[in-house]
Amino acid sequence: MKSEVVVLFAGDSGDGIQLMGNAFAQEAAHEGHAVRTFSDFPAEIRAPQGSLSGVSGFKLQFGGDSVYTPGDQADVLVVMNAAAYKKYQNALKPEGLVLANSSGFDGRNAALAGYAPGEDPLEAVRAKYRTVAVDVRKQVSAALVESSLSTKERDRTKNFFVLGLLCWMYQFPQEQFKSFIRRQFAKSEALQAANLLVFEVGHALGETLEVSAAAPVAKAKPAPGRYRTLVGNQALALGLLAAAEKAKLPFFFGGYPITPASDILHELVRHRRSDRIVFQAEDEIAAAVAAIGAAYGGSLAVTASSGPGISLKAEAMGLAVAMELPLVVVNIQRGGPSTGLPTKTEQSDLMQALYGRHGEAPMPVLAARSATDAFDTAYLAARIAVECMTPVLLLSDGFVANSAEAWKFPSAADLPEITTSRPDGPPADGNPFAPYRRDANGVRPWAVPGQVGLAHRIGGLEKEPDSGNISYAPQDHAAQVAARAHKVNRVRRYYEPSACECGATEGDVLLVGWGGTYGSLKAATESLRSEGVSVAHLHIRHVYPLPEDLGPLLRAFGRVLVAELNSGQLLQLIRSETLVDARGVNKVQGLPFTTDELREAVFHTIAEIR
Amino acid sequence: MATANDYASDQDVRWCPGCGDYSILKQFLTVLAQLDADPDRTVVVSGIGCSSRMPYYVNTYGVHSIHGRAPALVTGLRMTRPDLDVWVVTGDGDALSIGGNHLIHLLRRNVKAPILLFNNEIYGLTKGQYSPTSGVGQRTKSSPTGAVDEPFVPTALALGAGATFLARSIDRDPEHLRTVLHRAHGHAGSAFVEIYQNCNVFHDGAFDAFSNKEEKALHFLPVVHGQPLLFGPNQSHGLLLDGLVPRTVDLTEGKWSANDCWIHDETDRVKAGILAEMHGEVRPFGVLYAVQRPVYEESVAALPPTETASSLDEMFAGQRTWEVL
Repeated sequence: MKSEVVVLFAGDSGDGIQLMGNAFAQEAAHEGHAVRTFSDFPAEIRAPQGSLSGVSGFKLQFGGDSVYTPGDQADVLVVMNAAAYKKYQNALKPEGLVLANSSGFDGRNAALAGYAPGEDPLEAVRAKYRTVAVDVRKQVSAALVESSLSTKERDRTKNFFVLGLLCWMYQFPQEQFKSFIRRQFAKSEALQAANLLVFEVGHALGETLEVSAAAPVAKAKPAPGRYRTLVGNQALALGLLAAAEKAKLPFFFGGYPITPASDILHELVRHRRSDRIVFQAEDEIAAAVAAIGAAYGGSLAVTASSGPGISLKAEAMGLAVAMELPLVVVNIQRGGPSTGLPTKTEQSDLMQALYGRHGEAPMPVLAARSATDAFDTAYLAARIAVECMTPVLLLSDGFVANSAEAWKFPSAADLPEITTSRPDGPPADGNPFAPYRRDANGVRPWAVPGQVGLAHRIGGLEKEPDSGNISYAPQDHAAQVAARAHKVNRVRRYYEPSACECGATEGDVLLVGWGGTYGSLKAATESLRSEGVSVAHLHIRHVYPLPEDLGPLLRAFGRVLVAELNSGQLLQLIRSETLVDARGVNKVQGLPFTTDELREAVFHTIAEIR
Repeated sequence: MATANDYASDQDVRWCPGCGDYSILKQFLTVLAQLDADPDRTVVVSGIGCSSRMPYYVNTYGVHSIHGRAPALVTGLRMTRPDLDVWVVTGDGDALSIGGNHLIHLLRRNVKAPILLFNNEIYGLTKGQYSPTSGVGQRTKSSPTGAVDEPFVPTALALGAGATFLARSIDRDPEHLRTVLHRAHGHAGSAFVEIYQNCNVFHDGAFDAFSNKEEKALHFLPVVHGQPLLFGPNQSHGLLLDGLVPRTVDLTEGKWSANDCWIHDETDRVKAGILAEMHGEVRPFGVLYAVQRPVYEESVAALPPTETASSLDEMFAGQRTWEVL
């Protein structure tokens, strides 16, 4: 019994690699395995076929309860062409298995992948790894000889042929895959039939090939309940919709296409109703400002983007801070600056989230740690926005956005209630309505147009306390800056006490992380602890304002390591806020941490402090 | 019967003495009173600039937003609250420079709101720089030797962006302005209204030709649907179409009569283009163009729902679930 297996699918971006990977992930999860996935695709939609730049990859790890990440080195590498092998040839364990589509290793593909003339890349694969080579193109065209599909369409069934083979290897029930295919191609009977057929042929081929069925893989022991699979951007979208409904508010989303945030727009538009409006704006600015308009009108309003788009929304966030309206701003971080690495993951927008606005414009900042956590964090972000009358930044990243996981979904009834500060009517004492009169938590009333007797004017200019009338008076400005900061600091009342994942309260080393590195840090910490290393893992959801109990917890450890996919942004914040002499573990390659990298950092630190 | 004063807020109006904005505000408040507008259902939204201070002076709901973004804010507001009566107040810099993108998209979508663009051909609040409607050669603080940028003709820009309603008026003709505001308010869609507004501090007299008693008649061409385009003292002049070229003619010469003149048809897109482009000594005032097209927020509201789940729990479950016991 293997405790976990890592499969890496790679091929041309037109080969349906992401679909193949997601299908396999869904079935593995359905079979009771814990699953984590990682998409590694190029920014180009269709880079030249067969080229290195056009290679798309999808990695997944499945197995028992110790699976927290998509894994590091693969056990099985599925390569649809020579370029895919060339790109990922070192991503496989030495004892790993290569499943190669030999038709993708012909002379033309070898040349496109940059192999020297006369060099046989498939021979190179065989020389290095255990290899099963199948001419998938030949197999599918033979299977589909009577199909009405075009050659191109037949060729595009290759991925389900390979899935058939893998299904046999891991002894997954065929029927589940088949129902996936039926759903996927529900719109075309011909495509449905062809993909079902090649799936069966692939499965049958497994039995006749010399490749033996793989060793059984451990299953997870998840908590009882109902499960489904979903990716981070989906979960995030559902969390926002759930919050609107629980708050009994209409929902508004303003977006503009950008990778890797667009899938939020796509997911939300699939849930459109009369009380859920999804708006594709003319630009990022309009997406954010239209959301402010909707918030002013009484909706739970959301805008989402990635790095460069968030820069464009900065001015609007300032307005939302000044108007004190609820607004959720989602940043699916990617590699920057500028266009940077649009399809790669990074955590380099933390400082932007905290400080990327003019004036003193504090906003609560929350970070989602995994696909399923994106639901909870999005729900909480929306709840804070509504209940505290503040814009909130919700950080996710390219990894979380596209990462698939099994989700034990909640019952709507169990979600925390969300209340608004909507006034019932004009003040009973006959005084004029005071839109900036705050409650004990610093929250102002959310009066919306249409409410009788509450007409008021608000905007970006500084305001007199209570009345909200324009005021440039020095003491009024100071009072409002302090009041806005106080209101955001009071958001800490929503925090759970800070605690390490493993329950430790002291030790040699504390690994601190935030956002999408959760699985990597957890996997590294557990493997180290199983070897007796005194290390613990703390993952921060509320990046701003930081929890007040953070300092004492950090001080209970010999050395604090802040691990993040940037050059040390949370590190600076923690050092300045807690005065703890924390050190950074940093990676800025557009890739997640590997377990080994984190283990190495911990070992290095322990050697240093001893 | 409500009066303009009933719609004035308790805030001190802080425009420069003599500013054209005072008259526009007065006409706007008067129109609200004439419409018997519900202050609890009326929202005035602006961007940044002198004109954009207006919401503070109107005793309704109001938003003084950020530079150029009022059309975007209004789009979000109208999509979610089509029950509200929303007005946009903006200026030449706000609408045509920093907010140009939002304006053209509001117009092409046809979001229902009058857009009152106070055009004074100058940046006033920042104290006198040239604007996108400043003329070539206009000397300002930032163009001491004269601007070289070709200015926008706002009506032509709006029409090109797909506006369904185009009008022009001027601060110093209260009655005309009120009439245009009523028409704009009644339009089902985006109603683009360019209002010539005198900035007596930084660009005084820019529109004297269209307001001074002595000159106005020869420059101010009133356009009225179904009526010939006549202007001048005692309608001494007219506008006729020579092919697609507008020509002003002197009717007192006896060569032409009112019957030869162009009859204004505010639904004619081609002729609206000619009127919108007229930016010389004689300029059209009134409703240049008004047609019906689906209102964006109504089209959005009419979209079929895509949600198939009937409850949050169903939505969470999605298409496929499994039970762990």
